[in-house]
Amino acid sequence: MAVTSDHAVPNRSPLIAFLSRWLLTTNHKEIGTLYLCLSFALFFIGGAMAMVIRMELFQPGIQFAEPVFYNQMVTMHGLIMVFGVVMPGFVGLANWLLPMMIGAPDMALPRLNNFSFWILPFAFTLLISSLFMEGGAPNFGWTFYAPLSTTYGPPSTDVFIFGVHLMGISSVLGAINIIVTIFNLRVEGMTLMKMPMFVWTWLITAFLLVMVMPVLAGAVTMMLTDRHFGTSFFSAVGGGDPVLFQHVFWFFGHPEVYILILPGFGIASQVIPTFARKRLFGYHSMVYATVAIAVLSFVVWGHHMFMTGLPLAAELFFMYATMMIAIPTGVKVFNWVATMWRGSMTFETPMLFALGFVILFTIGGFSGLMLALVPADFQYHDTFFVVAHFHYVLYPGAIFGIMSAVYYWLPKWTGNMYDERLGKIHFWTAMVAVNMTFFPMHFLGLAGMPRRIVDYSLQFADFNMVASIGAALLGLTQVLFLYIVIKCIRGGEKATSRVWENAEGLEWTLPSPAPLHTFSTPPQFPTPEEAYQHD
Amino acid sequence: MTSIKCRLEIALTTLILLGFSNAAIAAAMDMRAGVTDISRRILQIHHYSLAICVVMGVLVFGVMFYSMYAHRRSKHPIPANFHENMLVEVVWTAVPILILVGLAIPATSALRDIEDNSNPDLTVLITGSQWKWHYQYLEADFGYYSNLSTPDEQINNLEPKGNNYIIEVDNALVLPTSKKVRFLTTSDDVIHSWWVPDFAVKQDAIPGYINEAWTRIEEPGLFRGQCAELCGKDHAYMPIEVEVLPEAEFDQWILDQLLAIELASGQAVADRAKTWTQAELMDIGQTVFIDNCATCHEADGSGQGSTYPALAGGEIPTGLMATHIERVMNGSVDTEMQAWAPQLSDLELASVITYERNAFGNNLGDIVQPLTIFESR
Repeated sequence: MAVTSDHAVPNRSPLIAFLSRWLLTTNHKEIGTLYLCLSFALFFIGGAMAMVIRMELFQPGIQFAEPVFYNQMVTMHGLIMVFGVVMPGFVGLANWLLPMMIGAPDMALPRLNNFSFWILPFAFTLLISSLFMEGGAPNFGWTFYAPLSTTYGPPSTDVFIFGVHLMGISSVLGAINIIVTIFNLRVEGMTLMKMPMFVWTWLITAFLLVMVMPVLAGAVTMMLTDRHFGTSFFSAVGGGDPVLFQHVFWFFGHPEVYILILPGFGIASQVIPTFARKRLFGYHSMVYATVAIAVLSFVVWGHHMFMTGLPLAAELFFMYATMMIAIPTGVKVFNWVATMWRGSMTFETPMLFALGFVILFTIGGFSGLMLALVPADFQYHDTFFVVAHFHYVLYPGAIFGIMSAVYYWLPKWTGNMYDERLGKIHFWTAMVAVNMTFFPMHFLGLAGMPRRIVDYSLQFADFNMVASIGAALLGLTQVLFLYIVIKCIRGGEKATSRVWENAEGLEWTLPSPAPLHTFSTPPQFPTPEEAYQHD
Repeated sequence: MTSIKCRLEIALTTLILLGFSNAAIAAAMDMRAGVTDISRRILQIHHYSLAICVVMGVLVFGVMFYSMYAHRRSKHPIPANFHENMLVEVVWTAVPILILVGLAIPATSALRDIEDNSNPDLTVLITGSQWKWHYQYLEADFGYYSNLSTPDEQINNLEPKGNNYIIEVDNALVLPTSKKVRFLTTSDDVIHSWWVPDFAVKQDAIPGYINEAWTRIEEPGLFRGQCAELCGKDHAYMPIEVEVLPEAEFDQWILDQLLAIELASGQAVADRAKTWTQAELMDIGQTVFIDNCATCHEADGSGQGSTYPALAGGEIPTGLMATHIERVMNGSVDTEMQAWAPQLSDLELASVITYERNAFGNNLGDIVQPLTIFESR
């Protein structure tokens, strides 16, 4: 660094100061910001890959992407969105909010916090760099079924394995930190059953992470030894079992999909009461329902494998267990509606996104219930019906949840109000675009279009074109979102400390923007104002 | 551009007509009824569960939208204060349980029948490999490969696409009506999934496993499907075509096939006896190459990176003849290079090897005769 040595003056150069601030920070708010920025950046990279996919599927035939490249895009889009956008996005929110919500000065393990974040940029640089390697990036789908990913995987598969290990370490460390923080640093008087719902859902999510990320690590380690060290865990030729891979993967994978949605439930449970000006209905049953969903998530993995030749008894077990998830999920939706009932609602952008979340997530839940029925799954499985289903729970589910949270807490973070008019435009265009993109996929799947195909027969052309136009619009709306966030960071109407007139929780007792160090002395809980209201 | 505009209009009209049920719309937007008892029962289950979801959706979203309208601040400025009610919590836990039991009963009964693979009249062993299907009739003891028949020119938009674009094959699976046909599925390489929506049969083809499924088809006709599990580069180009014949015609078809096999083996003897010229072999070899090899190694032998190596100037096609024959016949473990010995005749193998050694500027000048291939088997 010859350039910086030229500037060697007693005061560190701005670059060094900037780097050491962000590289070495142990402050939960700064680390939260880092997580959210990484998530946002990867959102655009993963989104660009989705644009390639939808461009190729705009018309039948091969236009832009050769089949091998298309498969790489499908794989990387899935991996980046799951591991790089939704998970770090939620961890970023947890970092920012959990200490402020439970009245703690910081996370319990600040250095670990720094470490668990800084693993991630390296993990994703590795993963994305595989696109430029000999043989191309991983091309076997984000579920990387053996033997397509083991015997037949490109050389970059090993880079992918290393990347997954790094992400897993980061997630486990982050989750341990969250569990330790919630159990040890709650302000006096905040018993478990008085914690805000966002804290509850994150506590449960963190337990899921600690339990299943090591299973994923085991799966990729077995892949690695199969590829290079002569084992045959997943190779029938050596006496192994390709279906074992799917059991191991989905034992991780199904709890993983709840990891991707439970914090979103928490966000909706924070936002809806604020804008309905009414307390969350059925707090206790909300907590129990979340626990029930998490427990059930460990015994339903087989529903991803109904076509692999499971015995009848196993098919029935996994069908019934999966259907049972509808019960606690239903309870949550009913409770949100009951919270709204006879409230006094206004519809600012966070509320709009939370309501969009509830409605569209429920549609994804309905198609999930349909998918649980094994006979029907013989027709739905591995079609665009499934693609529609999980995009409904992930885009208007997890992503709308994160957006709702960003609009809701952005004034607390920056001290400025975001542009409400632009926020509403963002919501409504996203709402139209998300449905235009993903709703026709239900029809495509039912009409028989398999998923993950680069080219399709002519009867699928119309709806694919509609979906591609919707996807382009959806991509554009997120550029608007970026603009709104940057504009809010740079300035705007000053936010009050409570920001929203009925917002509850310790974070709203802090000034906006929240100072770097908060709650050095424990606050009073419940706040005098809320204690009065609830008596 | 006009076709894009035209298609957009069709799509929009379809969306507008959503409420008006007719057959064309159902075909584009709904699961098909198919041609078996099971496929129709599955459609019923689909409609039943969809109807329940729609009713639930209308109720829940109806309450929600009413609340958004009636309980907005301008109309309802003072919020109520309730936040708990044991009775409604119990009700909205219990009612869904009853609905789920109502769904589980028909699903369980259909599933038991779907999984009843006993007493088949006919068994077909379906083997997936990258990217084609092989059908073996176990009782009659013969089988054949089924390959995509759509030309590359259509895929690369050089020619207009046919009606059955990428869902057509050279040799369809042929089945009889009204017999219980059992399918055994397995794979030579990665996991594939054999799916024909009209039969509601979808079963993964997994290396090292033999999975079972069955169907009883009620009417003759042509039915199409596709591979449903991501299986690598040409996953989209691995269609399934099934020709269903009335029983008597099917029996005759089996006899015709057995006769054709006998004739072919006579032809093979004649092919071996003959000494072929390079021009003759090159001619046949080019066709065999385009049909089987070009999807990975490209028509000009340039290959696709390290995964599918170039044959033009390649180590093997310009190396020892014996090594070249060995590689083409037995493939290479741990790569996508398949063993072609079971898939091609002696003459086809001899031609394609000769072609590879003399095309793409390789110009080695040596040729191999079908007899040599026969002796290497």
